[in-house]
Amino acid sequence: MGMTLSEKILAAHAGRHVLRPGQIVEARADLLMANDITAPLAIDAFKDTGALKVFDPDRVVLIADHFTPNKDLATARQVRKMLDFAAAQMLTHRFEGGRAGVEHVLLPEQGLALPGEIIAGADSHTSTMGACGAWAVGVGSTDIGAAMATGKVWFKVPATLRVELTGSLGPWSSAKDLALEMLRRLGPDGADYLALEFHGPLAGRLSMSQRQCLANMAVEAGAKTGIFGVDDITRDYLADRARRPWQAVAPDPDAVYHDTITINADGLGPLIARPHSPYDVAPAGESSREAINQVFIGSCTNGRLDDLRQAAAVLQGRQVHSRVRLIVLPATPAIYRQALKEGVLETIVEAGGQVGPPSCGPCLGGHLGVLAPGEVAVATSNRNFIGRMGHRTSRVYLAGPMVAAASAVLGRVASPEEL
Amino acid sequence: MHYRRAWVLGDHVDTDAIIAARYLITSNPRRLAPHVLEDLRADFCEQVAFGDFLVAGRNFGCGSSREHAPLAIRATGVAAVVAASFSRIFCRNAFNTGLLALRSPQAAAGVREGDRLRLDLKRGVIENGDQKTEYAIEPLDPFLMELVAGGGLIARVRRQLGT
Ligand code: SF4
Repeated sequence: MGMTLSEKILAAHAGRHVLRPGQIVEARADLLMANDITAPLAIDAFKDTGALKVFDPDRVVLIADHFTPNKDLATARQVRKMLDFAAAQMLTHRFEGGRAGVEHVLLPEQGLALPGEIIAGADSHTSTMGACGAWAVGVGSTDIGAAMATGKVWFKVPATLRVELTGSLGPWSSAKDLALEMLRRLGPDGADYLALEFHGPLAGRLSMSQRQCLANMAVEAGAKTGIFGVDDITRDYLADRARRPWQAVAPDPDAVYHDTITINADGLGPLIARPHSPYDVAPAGESSREAINQVFIGSCTNGRLDDLRQAAAVLQGRQVHSRVRLIVLPATPAIYRQALKEGVLETIVEAGGQVGPPSCGPCLGGHLGVLAPGEVAVATSNRNFIGRMGHRTSRVYLAGPMVAAASAVLGRVASPEEL
Repeated sequence: MHYRRAWVLGDHVDTDAIIAARYLITSNPRRLAPHVLEDLRADFCEQVAFGDFLVAGRNFGCGSSREHAPLAIRATGVAAVVAASFSRIFCRNAFNTGLLALRSPQAAAGVREGDRLRLDLKRGVIENGDQKTEYAIEPLDPFLMELVAGGGLIARVRRQLGT
């Protein structure tokens, strides 16, 4: 019996020949990550272990992204604690200020997410990095604190759900629509304890950014991770950026899958997820025309260059509705720079949008665009639970960048086809 | 071991309901404990006694990965959380911080509010003293058993490192 991608990578890191779902193993981690919210707790946990030095200063990455630039005194203290620890431990990779970006987009861009490696991050959307073929899993702060001392993390081997992507995306559809359709099908715990493995002809044509969008939202269905195989698109992406040598891993031809679902992009129109559930998915423009107050384009789900380009293409020559504040946060400094060069940011600002620094900001109702009581937003992020972006009576629709931009122009939930 | 009270909850109890974000200004479990399940059932924190059980439905602990959730539950004195299923990050955070998270669809379906329960880990059952019945719990992996018995992940690492 063969092994899936997840089983193979885990086995290689646990010193086993064969692994089966349900087994618990301690695996070597190639990279550990924590952010400005989770690092302080992880640092406390690390200190509690009694260890004095992290297992490898090249493999512990600390990033200030959730409340960056520092929102208030409390968050400033958290970041200070993180930076002091990073300096004391002489960590190679620490990101703050003008070099910081949303962790799950920044690490791949920096060539730190590599195929066949295990990345453990104290953040639930660590799975995003599975786009590069890494086995990237969100864990708790104590996990990271302990692993900083030992280099190891315990894992229960997940069974694997195979996701076949077929057909072609239409002109107004994006990877976000594939992700939302997947969530509509799986629901909040449809992939609980499972690893998603993406296959199919469409998977092979998706860009690295589109793959990240899908791997990102795997966790909304309860999945442990979402992973893509390695192909030429992966190799091209890593060619100039990989920080370490890497080796491609492929699933065995006779690997055993828990189940297979097929998602066909043909005829998949632009979609939205209605408040307060990422699983309440419906066609954009038809299912709701609710007036909105804010549009947020950014986050680890849709804050990449192609997302900003798509939004700008919709905004070109148009104006953001007078009722709406459009907030655009490029996910990383490199994306920001390139969007600046291409005139993408200029288009957004000319349309009446605000461009802010790379940060999670409004995605978690942190800062840079918190919703007032009763306000309604369209956001390109991944969660729209009650109170996620602000007051508990505010409401959030999730959508891709083109739907978000069209909604900003029309001042209501809208499809780009309506413009 | 004596019988202890069961507090019964529904499906998809999220980490915000367990400990609301407004209390995350501290990670001291003793200060978090008085607010556990505050918005969901205010009587819990007033009356919970050492050794009581939380019994929930599907997907207990879903949502954010905050470790404050299991830490705070453990600090209330709850002996174990029993559920039909757990969300994965809550589950690992629970074991890492020394809180017993036991999977038992039978108990989730059968236990009534206020029933008196007793845990027999050796036999892998939960005994219900009021209904005179017992429920199987999914056998715990020896690794997790040892993790909880040894006081959680940090204690384990300290033993490994000899610190
Ligand atoms: S952008 Fe949102 S979902 Fe992504 S890491 Fe930041 S807070 Fe989490």
